[in-house]
Amino acid sequence: MNRINELFKRKQNGILNVYCTAGYPQLNSTVPVMEALQESGVDMIELGMPYSDPLADGPVIQASSSKALANGMTIARLFEQLRDFRKQVYVPVILMGYMNPVLQYGFEKFCQHAADAPVDGLILPDLPEYEFETEYGPIMQRYGLDFIFLVTPETSEERIRRLDSLSTGFLYAVSSSSTTGKDKDMNAVDNYLQRLQKMQLKNPVLVGFGIKDKPTFQQACSHANGAIIGTAFIKALENTPDVEGTIKKFITDIKS
Amino acid sequence: MTTTTTYQQPNAQGYYGKFGGAFIPEMLHRNVEELRSKYLDIIYDAAFQKEFRSLLHDYAGRPTPLYFAQRLSKQYGTNIYLKREDLCHTGAHKVNNTIGQILLAERLGKKRIIAETGAGQHGVATATVCALKGVECIVYMGEKDIERQAPNVARMKMLGATVIPATSGSKTLKDATNEAIRDWINNPVDTHYIIGSVVGPHPYPDMVARFQSVISEEIRWQLKEKTGSELPTHVLACVGGGSNAAGAFYHFLEEPTVQLVAIEAAGNGVHSGLSAATTQLGKPGVLHGSKSLVMQTEDGQVVEPHSISAGLDYPGIGPLHAHLFDSRRGAFLSATDEQALEAAFNLAKKEGIIPALESSHALASLEFLQPESPKPSEAPVPANAKFTKDSTVVVCLSGRGDKDMATYMKAMNIQ
Ligand SMILES: Cc1ncc(COP(=O)(O)O)c(C=O)c1O
Repeated sequence: MNRINELFKRKQNGILNVYCTAGYPQLNSTVPVMEALQESGVDMIELGMPYSDPLADGPVIQASSSKALANGMTIARLFEQLRDFRKQVYVPVILMGYMNPVLQYGFEKFCQHAADAPVDGLILPDLPEYEFETEYGPIMQRYGLDFIFLVTPETSEERIRRLDSLSTGFLYAVSSSSTTGKDKDMNAVDNYLQRLQKMQLKNPVLVGFGIKDKPTFQQACSHANGAIIGTAFIKALENTPDVEGTIKKFITDIKS
Repeated sequence: MTTTTTYQQPNAQGYYGKFGGAFIPEMLHRNVEELRSKYLDIIYDAAFQKEFRSLLHDYAGRPTPLYFAQRLSKQYGTNIYLKREDLCHTGAHKVNNTIGQILLAERLGKKRIIAETGAGQHGVATATVCALKGVECIVYMGEKDIERQAPNVARMKMLGATVIPATSGSKTLKDATNEAIRDWINNPVDTHYIIGSVVGPHPYPDMVARFQSVISEEIRWQLKEKTGSELPTHVLACVGGGSNAAGAFYHFLEEPTVQLVAIEAAGNGVHSGLSAATTQLGKPGVLHGSKSLVMQTEDGQVVEPHSISAGLDYPGIGPLHAHLFDSRRGAFLSATDEQALEAAFNLAKKEGIIPALESSHALASLEFLQPESPKPSEAPVPANAKFTKDSTVVVCLSGRGDKDMATYMKAMNIQ
């Protein structure tokens, strides 16, 4: 059984997944940041692969991407950094990125190296369902990688069921239609999450986009298995002289 | 793929050969799917066609003339016709598409229009139709382009549009497009995105090509009137994303005797490191929602292109054109900044027409297509693409040069 399934078997509530950008704030901080996150008690890590044109991201994550690229981050470097990282990091890790750099690396080679690392799953928001089914899904399956689809409040019930059936690991519920880092009307999010909860989906549900602190995290967790924090975490890392201390404080504040 | 494709029509998933599709995040799915499922029914509805045609005629000034350029023909030793899209209302072919899309947006019940723009021509054409229909208009434009296309920024503002600078990345058309897409993600219900070229997720490339196809529809009957034959031997058009080329090629795509020639911007030279010649420099990839050729690094980061012309300064190309290139149905040439400038001054002096810098790239390629060209082309010219004294060569003059006067003045050392 893979790490993601193991986690959800052990724990169904209050799962904290934190997004960080590989190569940010420093080129070589990828693994140390993951270690500090794990140390502070996060359950899962979403590791972003920086891209020049991150369409689904707001200004904060865009800026972290640009910084990481300026630091010299590439997919090839990332896999070098991840060599032996499992000696320290045991929580599930999901790679998040956009199709173009992955295609350029070579989709199959990418999956092979991701499985070797090993990471547990992939999120590629601009990989559509048709291409997933006909071309890329079987390759990920061959390498034992979970693939996580996104759903939004605009996604029809029928489509949610379809995407849930194609997803493995968990389903990513985008809190409201937006790019990353926008503040949300948490009541509307609540209604949407209750709707998802009633559907009794196959996969656990983690909520992302706009989750930024203890209150929003707790509210997201009331009708889902957990939540993903990205922008607020990246913001906390901006210009901090003490990365480790900042991470510890940020996570403790959310979990306390 | 599930259905066979023709050059004119992508398959059900929006593929032209290996290129196309809809590589979009879920946040855009509902809007794009709504468009995909409705666009053909809406466009071919009789009432839509009636309104579209009458606006093209009475408002945009169509049909645009097909002009036999006598002195230019003599210069190159062949028969050159200019398709005068520069005479369209707002000064370029872009308005054909924005008229079509505003009518579509109206029928979809959308109240807010967003667009991206490079040279500002598409922004002006969008602001124009929004004024016509009394709809809110927001145009994203790269900060760098706002500087170099100041007159068009002023026009958009006068037409009531809000112009928002795109400050990320290379601060040009690619980034303006990213910002427009992000706006659409954040406004999923009331907004329609009027894309300005044959790029973006399916159905945009097909939809924009259909709206622009009026260009070649007219060329056919106009040529018949002038020469007795509907078919030219050559059609030349510049390619940024490729909408004027798609429109000029459309009704000749399935006519194998017609040589289609697309001209990209080589900037300082294809291999100078400052170029926008996507077919020469690009590799298959995904940009702005479709699989196509994309200029990128080894690591798959999209690179910043360069062209003197803001409308061609784009690191991708529409999937139809990637397919025309890949299948060799089209010949893809390029012209440098300098060659385009030279061609612009030549047309001004020879025919009394000041062309847009974009269109000047198409004019510049006439040099390379002569039977014995004194100037070698950077991209290889297929032997059968050359013209003879008996050829009928149609050049799509996609726009007029008013917006480029600052650049032309600099070239003449007039400050
Ligand atoms: C006059 C003119 N021609 C051509 C283009 C390039 O666009 P496309 O390749 O879509 O025709 C532009 C874009 O701004 C333009 O203004």
